Amino acid sequence: MDESQLRLDGNAAAGILREVFAMDVSGAQEACASCGTIGWMGAQHLYMYPLAPGAVVRCSTCGDVLMVLVRGGGRYRLALPGLRWLEMREPVQAPPET
Amino acid sequence: MDFISRGFRGRPREQAPAGRLPPGQYMVRDFPVLSAGPTPHTPLSRWTFSITGEIDEPRQWTWEQFRALPTETITKDIHCVTKWSKFDTVWEGVSVDTLLDGVDTTAEYVLAFSDGGYTTNIPLQDLTEGKAWVAFAFGGEPLEPEHGGPARLLVPHLYFWKSAKWVRGLRLMSENSPGFWETYGYHDYGDPWREQRYSGD
Ligand SMILES: [Zn+2]
Repeated sequence: MDESQLRLDGNAAAGILREVFAMDVSGAQEACASCGTIGWMGAQHLYMYPLAPGAVVRCSTCGDVLMVLVRGGGRYRLALPGLRWLEMREPVQAPPET
Repeated sequence: MDFISRGFRGRPREQAPAGRLPPGQYMVRDFPVLSAGPTPHTPLSRWTFSITGEIDEPRQWTWEQFRALPTETITKDIHCVTKWSKFDTVWEGVSVDTLLDGVDTTAEYVLAFSDGGYTTNIPLQDLTEGKAWVAFAFGGEPLEPEHGGPARLLVPHLYFWKSAKWVRGLRLMSENSPGFWETYGYHDYGDPWREQRYSGD
């Protein structure tokens, strides 16, 4: 079987990525790739403008860099160098009217 | 989390002398503290400064050995990429020329490395011939930890993120390799007079 039949173009992920990137990440859970600690993004340590030239989120247990976001030059560059995973709750759907 | 607000404003802006402010900068009189992480507090008894990488005999100084090297007093304007500039800052430090004296290397690039894991890359020729120092005093006082003490790199002709706080050594490299902010979207070289803030500027 041709390998290329097993995979899709990255554009095909646009829908689900749009769902994820629209969510409030501060309420997400994360696991630090360095020390393995699981915590809430909003409970980690943030260094940011004007105290830093970008937003740097560090693990509150080991201090390693979890996430960096730089906005400038008309772009956002997001890096997740120290996250093993990031987990957001699926929004609860309102029950249908009866 | 409001990651990216640029709404911060300090005091009303003073008029700077003509020709002294790089494009897009404003003048400050205080000394803002910028940091991408917690302030390390390495005791001087454990502090060393190293020259590593493309060098036959790596060099290392203890604090006492480093402080026994010849020093210079440097008065320079500094320019932070977050747009403030501070004029006539007075430092005391050891010239990088002194630290590299007699070193034979084919390296063209340097990665400065610091306590806390911070790094920044600079072409070697931007650190030599009187352009860069390892500074241990500011305004006649020992350099405070918040400003990079016990010692920070001082490369005043580039944006100030290149002047790595808490510097512990220089790695000589034959290939360029981006440091912390250079990896995450800031300019590889960072010339304030050409307003090289972000990658691609
Ligand atoms: Zn951790």
